[in-house]
Amino acid sequence: MGRLLLQRLGGLLTTLFLSSIVIFGSLYLAPGSPENVIFGSRTPTAAARAAVRHRLHLDQPLPVRYWDWLTGVLHGDLGTSMVTGQPVVDRVGSGLSTTLLLVLMSMIMVVVLGLTMGLVAALLPGRVDGVVNALTSVTVTIPSFVASALLISVFAVQLGWFPASGIGQGFAGKVQGLVLPAVALAVLSCGFLARVTRNAVRDQLEREHVQTALVRGLPRRTVLRSHVLRNAMPPIITAVGLLAAGTFASTLVVESAFAVPGIGQLTIQSVAQKDFPVVQAVALMLVAAFVVCNAASDLIQAVVDPRLREAGSTS
Amino acid sequence: MNSVKSTWKRLNKALGRSGMLSLAFLVAVLLAAVLAPLVAPADPNQSSLLDAYAGPSGTHLLGADGIGRDLFSRLIFGARTSLLGPALVVGVALFVGIPLALLASWYGGWVDGVVARVFDLVYALPGLLLAVLTVALFGPGLTPAVVALSVAYIPFLARIVRAAARQQRVSPYVDALAVQGFGVLRITVRHILRNITPVVVGQAAIAFGYALLDLASLSYLGLAVQAPTPDWGVMVSDSDAMLKGYWLQVLAPGVLIVLTVLALTVLGARISGEKPPGYLRRRPPKTVAAEKNRTTVGAAA
Repeated sequence: MGRLLLQRLGGLLTTLFLSSIVIFGSLYLAPGSPENVIFGSRTPTAAARAAVRHRLHLDQPLPVRYWDWLTGVLHGDLGTSMVTGQPVVDRVGSGLSTTLLLVLMSMIMVVVLGLTMGLVAALLPGRVDGVVNALTSVTVTIPSFVASALLISVFAVQLGWFPASGIGQGFAGKVQGLVLPAVALAVLSCGFLARVTRNAVRDQLEREHVQTALVRGLPRRTVLRSHVLRNAMPPIITAVGLLAAGTFASTLVVESAFAVPGIGQLTIQSVAQKDFPVVQAVALMLVAAFVVCNAASDLIQAVVDPRLREAGSTS
Repeated sequence: MNSVKSTWKRLNKALGRSGMLSLAFLVAVLLAAVLAPLVAPADPNQSSLLDAYAGPSGTHLLGADGIGRDLFSRLIFGARTSLLGPALVVGVALFVGIPLALLASWYGGWVDGVVARVFDLVYALPGLLLAVLTVALFGPGLTPAVVALSVAYIPFLARIVRAAARQQRVSPYVDALAVQGFGVLRITVRHILRNITPVVVGQAAIAFGYALLDLASLSYLGLAVQAPTPDWGVMVSDSDAMLKGYWLQVLAPGVLIVLTVLALTVLGARISGEKPPGYLRRRPPKTVAAEKNRTTVGAAA
């Protein structure tokens, strides 16, 4: 278990390190110098340009700048926004909690609804299975922005139950404002998880060890819980990890659709404004969230499935 | 005539009812895209403010948008960019991914290890984020979005090709060919690749659907296809129409996206040989009695 943890942690840090190089390097190799964002349409004097380049450390070689940036990040200093002049930490901090809450709400819906639908479909073959299957085949193809448009036009414009954009004050207001975005994020994932669950449980139900357990006269509930569900868990956990990671990426779209002030919307805004320090920080954060979700699902696998602990690694 | 009939029969048998329906829908969308100037009843960019938000009528089959452009014609022209982008993404991903995957599966060892590691690293970055970063660098447009997504889709397809090719690699016929002195290129391309074609084509169709979703999301965010150009993703972003309650203008392109991706997924699954889910089978499988016996476990619990 300890070895697996170390291995995973090592892989996670390597991926983060490599992607930080890619993100930092690519943004500064971009056509057009970053300081042009500050000057806008004005043409600066050579002295002013040199001064700004010096202030932004653009006159130093790339590896030095990367090292400065990396040590800054490790000390909690993400740099300064080139557009507003605020520290990036301040801009990102408030958005991060909103995004985490949004992803959490969405994943709760996904796990509860997806697992239930998948289990019901697996345990009740025939008509129920058919209906769930038809439903999930359609929902797995509904992109989050189409779901957002549908939800806004029905629940925000027609019925007026939830705000069409932005979130309210306080925790309750925040949660109310995040309900529709969370549903929009959950639509696709729910169907996906339901399909994975159904197939995994079906697969186990057809195994001989389940038949044997039944023939031995074990209560059906016990067979279902400790012989069927426990063995069906690994693919389900992998799917939840992948979906949580994907949900972080989808916040880019959904937060923009609902004008939710999270890091997804911040990313899109900073991209439009070419505010590179902010883009770097949020992009790295989204990658981190993505990688952590995947690693976490591997570790949970190992906790649930003792065989994986012995094997040392799942990949 | 007879051969056409038998081909049709074979296609029908291979794809099943759902597969044929999907294929028919996709062919219709493709024809609409290619023949857009001939099929569309109006110029997609011709606005007339008198017709703003007009309802469905003889002149405007599905009504008009906020500045009076014909919705139906915009949907038809929108199929062009909506299909072209994903086609390029999948094309590039296959062009780069297949040779790499074949190379890795043939040589194994450290070649395989290096290729697999690189794929894993790219796979760790969400495609959408990669595309957003690329747009940050090169400015919005279909080209940067397509380039970024192509890179993101290489590991998706290459991993599948590699796994399928590895299975072929260890089968006796490959050894037999090698013993007969055939070259690597000939065996991999003419035998292995040929044998795994159904899987590759099927998965490429599914990837096409995902790429369509990603590109439409980017266009929706205003990062790929730009506003006056008719595109399904761009059309869904018409929040003005939506807030005023004109849902048809927003949901019609959304529904087209969903149907197209659904058709691609169903067709892709059929081509690559996955069994259709129960509700789509014409006859219940023979093992239904056995299956029922087994699954009563859960039903009762």
